[in-house]
Amino acid sequence: MDMELIYLAIPLASLFGAIMAGFFGKAIGRSGAHTVTIAGVASSFILSLMAYNHIVLQAGDIYNQTVYTWMVSDGLRFEVGFLVDKLTVMMMCVVTGVSLMVHIYTIGYMRDDPGYQRFFSYISLFTFAMLMLVMSNNFFQLFFGWEAVGLVSYLLIGFWYKKETAIYANLKAFLVNRVGDFGFILGIAAVVMYAGSLDYKEVFAAAPQISNQVLDIGFGEWSVISVICILLFIGAMGKSAQVPLHVWLPDSMEGPTPISALIHAATMVTAGIFMVARMSPLFEFSEAALTFVMIIGAITALFMGLIGIVQNDIKRVVAYSTLSQLGYMTVALGVSAYSAAVFHLMTHAFFKALLFLGAGSVIIAMHHEQDMRKMGGLRKYMPITWITSLIGSLALIGFPGFSGFFSKDSIILAVGASDLPGADIVHWMVLAGVFITAFYSFRMYFLVFHGKERMDEHTKEHLRETPWVVTVPLIALAIPSVIIGWMTIEPMLFGSYFADAIVVHESNNVMATLKESFHGQWAMVEHGIFSLPFLLALSGVGSAWYIYMKNPQIADKAQQKFSFIHTMLEKKYWIDELYVKVFSDGSRVLGKGFWKAGDVAIIDGLIINGSAKVVGWFAGVVRHVQTGMLYHYAFAMILGLVGLLYLFANPAS
Amino acid sequence: MIPLSSYLILGAILFSISIAGIFINRKNVIVLLMCIELMLLAVNINFIAFSHFLGDTAGQVFVFFILTVAAAEAAIGLAILVVVFRNRQTINVSELNTLKG
Repeated sequence: MDMELIYLAIPLASLFGAIMAGFFGKAIGRSGAHTVTIAGVASSFILSLMAYNHIVLQAGDIYNQTVYTWMVSDGLRFEVGFLVDKLTVMMMCVVTGVSLMVHIYTIGYMRDDPGYQRFFSYISLFTFAMLMLVMSNNFFQLFFGWEAVGLVSYLLIGFWYKKETAIYANLKAFLVNRVGDFGFILGIAAVVMYAGSLDYKEVFAAAPQISNQVLDIGFGEWSVISVICILLFIGAMGKSAQVPLHVWLPDSMEGPTPISALIHAATMVTAGIFMVARMSPLFEFSEAALTFVMIIGAITALFMGLIGIVQNDIKRVVAYSTLSQLGYMTVALGVSAYSAAVFHLMTHAFFKALLFLGAGSVIIAMHHEQDMRKMGGLRKYMPITWITSLIGSLALIGFPGFSGFFSKDSIILAVGASDLPGADIVHWMVLAGVFITAFYSFRMYFLVFHGKERMDEHTKEHLRETPWVVTVPLIALAIPSVIIGWMTIEPMLFGSYFADAIVVHESNNVMATLKESFHGQWAMVEHGIFSLPFLLALSGVGSAWYIYMKNPQIADKAQQKFSFIHTMLEKKYWIDELYVKVFSDGSRVLGKGFWKAGDVAIIDGLIINGSAKVVGWFAGVVRHVQTGMLYHYAFAMILGLVGLLYLFANPAS
Repeated sequence: MIPLSSYLILGAILFSISIAGIFINRKNVIVLLMCIELMLLAVNINFIAFSHFLGDTAGQVFVFFILTVAAAEAAIGLAILVVVFRNRQTINVSELNTLKG
């Protein structure tokens, strides 16, 4: 079969589902809506697997073609085109696979919601947008996908549009993403300016030549490539929720849980990571940009994890763990371990979607109660949710053998092997992050599934395992959470899987260093058991167990003793307050100033009313000429006559 | 024989008197109408003088027309004057200033 047709059909199948459910939702009904969207996404998934088979297993040709030219402006081509290589194919399988699970799960989660068809339409549309993003072969389509996922994310966070907090959250997400997108579009503009093309291939080919140029941006001269990379990365910071543009992600938990799993854990937030990995031929030329990426990632990984410890909302804990894991991926990008970042992206997509859907399953059973302090002992009521959540948590903390172990340990080792300035501090930060991750994950796990049953009687009576549409996706996601790391680490990290897609310069090649000490998965697991990260993770789990199960007073005592730190974490380092006070209020003051000074005073007061007043005043003066006396008019006529006669008499003058 | 210039000077004097009458008179609209008539007569004198000295009768024909029109105009002017007086109870020129801006 013609591969081009398959590549075209992959995004369009999802789009078709979205259109059907969105525009004809009333006509096809609730079951029609979920049938058509699931069929669309399932065919996308199957076709993605076929593409995987073609590109990876049969070592087929990489597809890099333009399918449609939208316009040509001054030699700059705006096109829709697909670049399908191994990186793309992997992303396509992850996106469509997780999306399919989420679609099925949604049948159970949104069963009684009046906006059922709308929801299915949105998540299908999201899948389409994400596929367009990952499959693009040019910056123009990348930007289209980038903005489209932002838009759908906005729609989905505010899905329950009657809920005040949801509206606040979706506006916040949109605005914060605008900040990032502003950097992103400036980056694209810089690419167009210096490379003269939007096509990846041409831009990457021009990269060595661009890297010699410098640019004066007002404060000193900068290497052009550093400016481009940092601007592009600012876009990634918005989408992938890196400090300081991370504030939208925890709030986006106001949306329904399936989208938290789909968008804010597994796919959309990884767009930034994917983009940087895709742009590796550019980033490799700029050590400054890489260092910047690494430091931002490390700050996110450590400090966002810390906030996770004090959260009580089950979804928010998972949200902060997402932030922290995204930080890990960004660190990996910074040390040029792009393949490790993408590898962690993939494993994380599975276990984080699993954790979110597990949390959603708990929320369904608890009648939409999300406070962990009112849960406990759910293990015996919900065995499937319990075991899958445990698997997800173990994968998250990097328990040897689980998928998260391979990816996270690789990142930590890669940071250790890097010689970028600051890499050793970052190494300690990510190691500390391991302990924190284990601590908050298992704090959540113990509070929800073990210990005293703290819910009220009514909830307790109705407590039972969720229906199969919820548990099947959990199981389906739990399997890759365990095995995918084991299966794919060797080709992805140490083989030639990404050889075509990712470029790493010899001097930055930390993965080659890692490769020397890699002797198969078993050796890595055996070694992992005695390594520092695992010991840290274990002690994190142990202290979570001791503090929250064995001796709960410690938590309260610690809270009182370190009340400042607790408040600081609770308030998320006052970043939200800072943004509200400085940027929101500041721009409001600025806007009011412009309104009062510019609009009211200058435009209304001076230009519009002012000119009218001048005319009125002039007319008021001139009207006194009109006396109404006949002899005055006659006098004027005579004067005029005399004047004319004078002119006639002296035509020469 | 009285020369042409004397006629023209007479006409100019009559015309100037009538203009002065229009400006200086602030009391009575009837005086104003009379001034206008006087103006027309001054013009007529010019016409007749030129007609006589150039030997062309067209000027005298014009004078007849002007006299006719002046008579009609005086009749209409006086009629308007009556209507104005009926409405305003005055024909004082200084008070007829509704056109004032």
